[in-house]
Amino acid sequence: MGEQIKHFVDWLTQPTLYFSLSVLAIFAILKFRAIFSKTSVIVAFFAIGTAFFVWAWDDPNFNRIITKPDNVPILILLASVVYFSWLSLHRAYINDERTKKGLPTLEGETGKQKVFTWPDLVYVELICMVLFLALLVVWSIKIGAPIEEPAAQARTPNPSKAPWYFLGLQELLVYFDPWLAGVLLPSFIIVGLCAIPYIDMNPKGNGYYTFEERRFAVSFFWVGFLLFWVSFVILGTFLRGPNWSFFGPFEYWDLHKLPPMVNVDLSTYFWFDLMGNSKAPADPLVRELPGIVLLLGYFAVLPVILQKPLMAKLFDGERRHLVRYHLMMHLLLWFGLIPIKMLLRWTIDLKYIVGIPEWFFNI
Amino acid sequence: MGKLTDYVQNTQLWKSVFRHGYPDTPRNRTLAVLSNFFLHLHPVKVRRSGIQLSYTWCMGGLTFFLFLIETITGLLLMFYYRPTADLAYQDIMALREHVPIGIMRELHRWSAHMMVITVWLHMYRVFLTGSYKPPREFNWNVGVILLVLTLLLSFTGYLLPWDQLAVWAITVGTNMARATPFLGHEGPGASLISFGGLNFIHAGDDVRFGLLAGRFVGEGALLRFYVLHCVGIPLAAATLMAIHFWRVRKDGGISGPL
Repeated sequence: MGEQIKHFVDWLTQPTLYFSLSVLAIFAILKFRAIFSKTSVIVAFFAIGTAFFVWAWDDPNFNRIITKPDNVPILILLASVVYFSWLSLHRAYINDERTKKGLPTLEGETGKQKVFTWPDLVYVELICMVLFLALLVVWSIKIGAPIEEPAAQARTPNPSKAPWYFLGLQELLVYFDPWLAGVLLPSFIIVGLCAIPYIDMNPKGNGYYTFEERRFAVSFFWVGFLLFWVSFVILGTFLRGPNWSFFGPFEYWDLHKLPPMVNVDLSTYFWFDLMGNSKAPADPLVRELPGIVLLLGYFAVLPVILQKPLMAKLFDGERRHLVRYHLMMHLLLWFGLIPIKMLLRWTIDLKYIVGIPEWFFNI
Repeated sequence: MGKLTDYVQNTQLWKSVFRHGYPDTPRNRTLAVLSNFFLHLHPVKVRRSGIQLSYTWCMGGLTFFLFLIETITGLLLMFYYRPTADLAYQDIMALREHVPIGIMRELHRWSAHMMVITVWLHMYRVFLTGSYKPPREFNWNVGVILLVLTLLLSFTGYLLPWDQLAVWAITVGTNMARATPFLGHEGPGASLISFGGLNFIHAGDDVRFGLLAGRFVGEGALLRFYVLHCVGIPLAAATLMAIHFWRVRKDGGISGPL
């Protein structure tokens, strides 16, 4: 029975399922928020989670990866992100119900009252600081900061991982070349975050938790932050082993596990399988024309086609918001490229949509 | 005891520091905030929702607190650490073996991890309460830059122990810079920047070389990361934090329904 559960968990956590199920879970939680925002749900989650940990603790492979000192923060990240997501949904649901009944939101009710900074605020701050410092001191006494062997240029460890907070980006390297996964996409994340206040024209939901007044914004941030950032960090920390191969939480990190690499470029599919040629054109621009046409359609034509309906929906159809619209679409389309590329990799083993290695230009 | 307190609080010495009586009246509570350099960061009165942990999560405050812990523990660590390829690792080992019950490196490392988490959660809370909306757009931007600086602080500090984990994590991270469009020697468009068949962008002068002061993570990179970690980025972050806190006040305090 125990072994079967372990095999089931290993199977469940493989990237394709892990990702697909997470998408389903996020939308199910938001859709059925009346149920998922109940206090009993979060209590049950932490009870089951703790029971799972206690049960899995004795497994040598699970234990090895979980008890690595530098992985403790990732467990804290997991627990706190789940808890605070639940808390925000809990309060958003209460607020939305109150708004429907014509009552002020929770924050609206208490926000009108003012209290003295001294003592009300400074004491909250003091208690937070003392408790947090106590936690850090106990943690520091219990778990020593690790130090590995001295640096050696000649010996590359396997796996070589970036610091944990960049593992979401390292995971993207499975699907994209470094110029996208390591340079362009992170830059777009920063630019995109900065652009949020200038794109989101919805005046509602300022200063209180809500879901119904900001459906798209909240869903988008859940998908972006929880799925593509936090869950990728967790995947990269616990489930990626030597050669960046996937290992289930109960699987031994076998150096020799090498999944077959049979990825094929789009141009190969086009010239060989579709056109039946025995040779692709020598000029890279002609060779990659199918991919280039697809990407041009995606990045240049699609926003223009969607302009009228989306402008009407998001910006009241006012043309002065045209720059906002195109900035938003450009950022969203780059973001959308990530799941698209992932799906294409899983279904048809696609390597590059446009692959011009001569110029390091691979998408 | 009460008498002693009264006596102490009436001395010239005490009164020269605290210019008000015990803060149990509205007047003295106001003065407690207004006449204290550290507390005057706060307004005299705040919204009740602004002090509820279920609303604020306290993550911004904790991030700042962790920054202070990092500053203090980091300063102490600097006494024992020399940023050269020969000495860095030895100094860390000596710190572990020669300093009894020392937990400064532990505090520094775990607080650094926690700071990354608290700053993410702070951004998450600010987004979910729509607190980036007018009039707080600019302060959200300052916050985004502070978040990036927090990651860079952690990233530069990652290299300093000079062990296998450090060097290879930074190698993996900085290898990305090779692929910067136009400016990295393996980036798209780099080959366009050439003159008469001579490439201007190569492994010896691209952005990665600038970052590492060399073609690989070596002595030059260690010194560069050390200076950035201990001086450069903390100064930038402290400046932006001052702006961030000041703008919170100017933009109407902790967000709440309009």
